[in-house]
Formats: sequence, structure tokens, C-alpha cells
Amino acid sequence: MSNPDVMESIRGQIEGNAIILYMKGSPQAPQCGFSAQTVQCLMACGEKFAYVDVLSHPEIRAALPSYASWPTFPQLYVDGELVGGCDIVTEMYQTGELATLIKAAAERAANSAAT
Amino acid sequence: MSTASIIEQKLTSRFSPSHLEVINESGNHRVPPGSETHFKVVVVSDAFAGQRLLGRHRLVNDTLATELAGGVHALAIHTYTAAEWEAKHGAAPQSPNCAGGGRGE
Repeated sequence: MSNPDVMESIRGQIEGNAIILYMKGSPQAPQCGFSAQTVQCLMACGEKFAYVDVLSHPEIRAALPSYASWPTFPQLYVDGELVGGCDIVTEMYQTGELATLIKAAAERAANSAAT
Repeated sequence: MSTASIIEQKLTSRFSPSHLEVINESGNHRVPPGSETHFKVVVVSDAFAGQRLLGRHRLVNDTLATELAGGVHALAIHTYTAAEWEAKHGAAPQSPNCAGGGRGE
């Protein structure tokens, strides 16, 4: 089902980007309400992040659920680890936990790029 | 049996919830009338005590793995312990509106 090359490129994306969101559509034009809400929370944290539109990458859409055993989209990864989907990201945004996590990850990424 | 009843049954037997809501939100999305594709579940159970959100959602996703691999396309999950639910005054957040992206696109 999920071919090894796709899994490898997903691994590369997740490990190569401190903050990466797999979503339906783009941050400017989300194609799903759950993706829209998640990207809003993320943008409100004020840091740059990478994203992959799974609607334009059907092979990633098919393989990603088995990467971290998470069946639905969107999926947010920070520092190589799954944070969660829309409900988790929204709740963490409301408690302020998301901003803390995102800012720390962005700072670590900037420091490691500088050294 | 409807998908909603199956979901209700599985969550009940897995979590013995003190409060459970299984809401079919398919009508808010671009699917034919009567569809069972988009659901929201609110599960209040002390089985979640000591677990972070990611772990809680994994338990729910695992319990409904068959449904998620089949016709269920979206599942909004809200999990609370009895104490957290009381602190929330018994209200879970609303699901976001549809933004139009269909399943086959």
C-alpha cells in the first residue's frame, strides 16, 4: 500500500522541518474546515512553518496515516513528533501550550541553523 | 445497524463513559443527505485520567479503526475525565464549518 519511497520522503519532510503541517489545501486556501482551523491556530503563533497539501499529493495522503498511526488530517508535527490533529491543536492553542511549543521549536531551529 | 449506533456501542464498551455524545455532522458537509461520514464524539470517562490528549485521541481512533478505515471520513474527538467535564460545565467545542474539499478531490 504505502511504498517505501513515499515513507522515506515523508520522514525527510518531518525530520527536515521543525514545524510542518499536513493539511487539505494551502494556508491561504484551506479545503477543509478542520485544516482551516488548525492553520489559523498555527499562524496565530507567529512563526514560519512548512506545509504539505495532501490533496495535491495523493501518495502522501495515502501513506501518512500509517507513518504515525493517525488516521485523519490535518496532522501537525513539531521536532519530528506528531502533536495531533485539529481538536488537539485547537485545545493547545486555547491553553497557550501551542504557542510555547511552536516558539521553542522555531528558536531551536534558528539556533541550529546559525551554528 | 447505523454507523452512529456502532460508534456508540464501541465507545460505550471501551470507555464505560459517564457521558457520551455521538453526533452525526455529515449534514454540515458536501455529502449526500443521510450520509454517515462526519462525526463528532464527546466521551467523558475516567479511563482518560493521567493521559495526554494525544494518547486519549489514539485510544478513540483505535477503538473506531474499522469505521475510520471504512465510511467515516472525519471524526472530531473531545475527551474529558469526569472532573474536567464538570469544569467545562458540560459543553464541548463546536466543529469547524465545511470548507468545501470533497473526499475524492
